[in-house]
Amino acid sequence: MQDEPTPIELTKAVADFLRNDITPLISGHQAFKLRVAINILDLVTRQLTREAGSDAREVERLRALLGIDGSVMELNRVLAERIASGEVDLATSGLAEHLWATTMDKLAVDQPNYASYRRELGRGG
Amino acid sequence: MIEAALSRSVRRWCEGATGATSAAKLSGGASQETWRFDIVHPEGAIGAILRRSPKGYGAAPTRAAGLAAEAQLMQLAYEAGVPSPRVLHVLAPEDDLGTGFIMQRIEGETIARKILRDEEYAAARPHLARQIGGILAGLHRLPQHKLPQLRSRDATQEIAEFERDYRSLNWPKPVFELALRWLRDHDPGPSAETTLVHGDFRNGNLIIGADGVRAVLDWELAHLGDPMEDLGWVCVNSWRFGEIDKPVGGFGSREELFAGYEAAGRKVDPARVKFWEVMGTLRWGIMCGGMMQRFREGPDHSMERAMIGRRASETEIDLLRLLAPRGS
Repeated sequence: MQDEPTPIELTKAVADFLRNDITPLISGHQAFKLRVAINILDLVTRQLTREAGSDAREVERLRALLGIDGSVMELNRVLAERIASGEVDLATSGLAEHLWATTMDKLAVDQPNYASYRRELGRGG
Repeated sequence: MIEAALSRSVRRWCEGATGATSAAKLSGGASQETWRFDIVHPEGAIGAILRRSPKGYGAAPTRAAGLAAEAQLMQLAYEAGVPSPRVLHVLAPEDDLGTGFIMQRIEGETIARKILRDEEYAAARPHLARQIGGILAGLHRLPQHKLPQLRSRDATQEIAEFERDYRSLNWPKPVFELALRWLRDHDPGPSAETTLVHGDFRNGNLIIGADGVRAVLDWELAHLGDPMEDLGWVCVNSWRFGEIDKPVGGFGSREELFAGYEAAGRKVDPARVKFWEVMGTLRWGIMCGGMMQRFREGPDHSMERAMIGRRASETEIDLLRLLAPRGS
């Protein structure tokens, strides 16, 4: 077991330093690049915070949907193959709900300000 | 320097011109660059744009029409009254500037978010969806016998190409699989009519002024195909920049787009437009995946490219909104 502070706390500390202390000192193209860098660190922080929980829920749904066990990557490969072959489609009970839940979890990490995501969040997540 | 070569060039083909000044690079990848500059002329400076592949970069990427075709299309569009810059000169070997062309510079805004938010464009915005319909109708009517050599693509070929691109990413995306399946099941087949398709007609590739659309840019993905492709692509949610209830570039409704198109004497097939909107959403998603690949394998190891890879999920939520909408 590794010691504290956690990767989440460390990444957040760097992001806050860049945001609060460095941003006022930089302009032009470098300021744009700095904003991208801060966005990346924020994304990493969100992923570190949420990934374990969302992956566990995703695996649980996939096991129920596919009737087999495996890692989140293995199960996603099987689901992709079954959709491609037509064995599973939107008429399959649970598929639409699974894809929605998984996609909402991705957006919560990747682009929580994306307008489509905000709209769907308003429907209850 | 480029100004010296431009000065020699403009003196040859622009009557009265004495040189070129204020050259600045606007954008540039490895193979293609865009420069702005002014032609010095006794009657006043002439604003100009250079689009070129530097020497040694003659070959265009496979999907691109090539700069020579682009110049020809823009000139045809200009002559037909489709808003487009006038092409002033096509580069020749003696210009010593590589391959490409020089066109008139049109003032206005291309940055989508500014066009959607700034007060300056507030009066124009409500008219843009309809105006775009009329412009697309004009573009689809460009005389076929005058068009340059272009690749020809129907829906079935596009689905196969995107599927290959997606599989090459080797990263399972069940939502993309669902979209590919939907596209195969709803493939409308070859269109009754084949026309010029712009291929990248969207908010971001238009010069807009307070008076509306001033020019259509970025013709490099032009090809022959189903004209409804352009109407679907302009509606893809990624080009609404947050204005998600206004499908046409964040400007207005499909009804306005269709009305503008039909008022200009052409017919809309809404089912095909929807098909191409789904296709376009997937296309941008797969392109985001391609950016990730380019980031990982070089040649562009930039943070920006890495982050575009993480925008594929935006198209996944948009595909779900199109294919499996939840009750409102």
